[in-house]
Amino acid sequence: MTTSLADVASSDAALRAFLQGLPGVDRVGADQRAAMLGTRSIKTTAKAQAIDLAISMVDLTTLEGADTAGKVRAMCAKAVRPGGDAPSVAAVCVYPDLVPVAVEALKGTGIKVASVATAFPSGRTSLEVKVSDTALAVAAGADEIDMVIDRGAFLSGRYMKVYEEIVAVKAACGAAHLKVILETGELSTYDNVRRASWLAMLAGADFIKTSTGKVAPAATPPVTMIMLAAVRDFRDATGRQIGVKPAGGIRTTKDAIKNLVLVNETAGDDWLTPDWFRLGASSLLNDLLMQRQKLATGRYAGPDYFTLD
Amino acid sequence: MFEYAPAPESRDVVDLKSSYGLFINGEFVDGSGPSFKTVNPATEETLAEVATASSDDVDRAVQAARKAFGVWSALPGAERAKYLFRIARLIQERARELAVLESLDNGKPIRESRDVDVPLVAAHFFYYAGWADKLRYAGFGTKPLGVAGQVIPWNFPLLMLAWKIAPALACGNTVVLKPAETTPLTALLFAEICRQADLPPGVVNIVTGAGETGAAVVAHPDVNKVAFTGSTEVGRVIARSVAGTGKKLTLELGGKAANIVFDDAALDQAVEGIVNGIFFNQGHVCCAGSRLLVQESIQEELLAALKRRLDTLRLGDPLDKNTDIGAINSAEQLAKIRRLSDLGESEGAERWSPACELPGRGFWFPPTLFTGVAQSHSIAREEIFGPVLSVLTFRTPAEAVEKANNTPYGLSAGVWTEKGSRILWMADKLRAGVVWANTFNKFDPTSPFGGYKESGYGREGGLAGLEAYLDV
Repeated sequence: MTTSLADVASSDAALRAFLQGLPGVDRVGADQRAAMLGTRSIKTTAKAQAIDLAISMVDLTTLEGADTAGKVRAMCAKAVRPGGDAPSVAAVCVYPDLVPVAVEALKGTGIKVASVATAFPSGRTSLEVKVSDTALAVAAGADEIDMVIDRGAFLSGRYMKVYEEIVAVKAACGAAHLKVILETGELSTYDNVRRASWLAMLAGADFIKTSTGKVAPAATPPVTMIMLAAVRDFRDATGRQIGVKPAGGIRTTKDAIKNLVLVNETAGDDWLTPDWFRLGASSLLNDLLMQRQKLATGRYAGPDYFTLD
Repeated sequence: MFEYAPAPESRDVVDLKSSYGLFINGEFVDGSGPSFKTVNPATEETLAEVATASSDDVDRAVQAARKAFGVWSALPGAERAKYLFRIARLIQERARELAVLESLDNGKPIRESRDVDVPLVAAHFFYYAGWADKLRYAGFGTKPLGVAGQVIPWNFPLLMLAWKIAPALACGNTVVLKPAETTPLTALLFAEICRQADLPPGVVNIVTGAGETGAAVVAHPDVNKVAFTGSTEVGRVIARSVAGTGKKLTLELGGKAANIVFDDAALDQAVEGIVNGIFFNQGHVCCAGSRLLVQESIQEELLAALKRRLDTLRLGDPLDKNTDIGAINSAEQLAKIRRLSDLGESEGAERWSPACELPGRGFWFPPTLFTGVAQSHSIAREEIFGPVLSVLTFRTPAEAVEKANNTPYGLSAGVWTEKGSRILWMADKLRAGVVWANTFNKFDPTSPFGGYKESGYGREGGLAGLEAYLDV
């Protein structure tokens, strides 16, 4: 990086010049690399280790209009004890109004409570509303805030607006960690994914996250790989480490393990902990548990042998 | 730390015999020369004994091919196509077996033999099967040449066989093929596939042995066409031997390709391309991107990224599905790579390899980078044919072209830039048979392959590949 990072956000023009000046991403090459990493064969002890690591990285998520306190409490119980001797998950992720329920249910467990704020999932409201949405969730006890960026502003080139929003939300987070959702499915190009990643990191994100889970395509392997390359390059440039969270569409153990391979071979094993890598998922956990049991016993149990919450 | 447990592909899918004969006139027969051993370069274990074809054996093979030529060339193109399609499908059906055997005999990672070599082999047979009944539309006439004598190298044993045999058969020729002495096994398995496909006897003949057997094939008076892939040195000998005989000749020889990275390139993908360009198949690739030309302004950044990437390369058991770099094919080749690398160091280039443990047995060489290389260094001029990359720099596009062309070879080149106009400009100026843009070492049956200058003459693959096997 030749530009001084301190000056990058000094003006709209400087920010634009910096983001446009990042090395491009060649779609064909990126797709090929991600596909190649998807062919890594993880078996036996490596697989057992990977499954437990993946479980400990799950942000167990429910983001439905129909969510109730009861549903969240049940999910929290599962987060603590997913089944058998499997480790607890990293966090549960809920809408802001359900944060108090989750905080109560997870008290003393060490499992974090994450909440989507900032007019999730579209982000189409004023900055004031976004900030107060965030403040409410934090006040209710959320440890982590998942914010969405204004994709409209990003796509129309108003990078400074996106930057300033992230800065404001980060300020509203206080001690809570900020995960910035890029909604990569709407950014459409890999160049945009890299630019948005850098924009979020420069503005103070603690984590960058692929998707809301409400837009397809969500966390595809190449997109996750590009974001991992971005956090790697950002640490080289600034010394600051940022986490990555692919979310949406990760449903099987195979998907989860492919993600771990991406981390291992792109960003490196410094990122292979729940502190720096998360999997946003609602239905992944049971498949991990099923594969875990298959490895231990040599047999598959039916889906009814795993709890539903 | 996240360690991948070993995930070896099973050897049981291959039915390895203790000894192999020659394949002449549709039968496996004994050779009259002394037999020799073929070893697994990853372990030095002997895989099998293979017969040496004497000049008498070669003569029998050529006679068989000559006889079969009458039958084969008289078949309608659509009939020949049926056989070729059948062979292509059998290759797909037996893909796993072919891939495992290729990795055992050659030392290349199963990931490459499984995902690159064997699928391409099938694709070549499918592609040329498609041409067999459409030769009229190709523009080279429809008259086959006769018997083709073909000599192939050890780096892509099965793929080179496909490049040679598929177009020859599609055009109505019959063949006598000699695989390399260190990697004959997949050719012999292919012979079995020919039998399985009920290919008329004598259409494909396979004779094993070393250089003398190859020389006998090339020199046989009843051979009408010679095709050779291998070193420039041997290519010269063959060209001399064929000169004045009226035999048609194509040569695919060495290379010292430039892989040119501009400062506006997609860096992460360029790094992948560089790795794929020189470390694919342990660098045993005639079109390997062995000279990296980096624009000076991004040299530091790119080298840092490249070194970080090399740290993640996994070297070891070729049958392990997670292996990126396998074994060097032979002790002889390993010695050559060592000699040239040591020379590079003594001439003043700076050598770097990632910390990687080499297995105790077998032939191994770590991925190696040389920085501070000048055009005058031997490592920038001589083909090493191993996992050794020389890094040079340039400042302007014109200088990049000058340096890239400043080599006796001209097989391939790579250009990395986000600027489309520059890609076209470079492709126009580079004296190389293949110019890859924002990718490297990608092969396809539809695109012709071949070189300039000391990299040989003639083209294989694609529509142009038919020309070499027709009486134009």
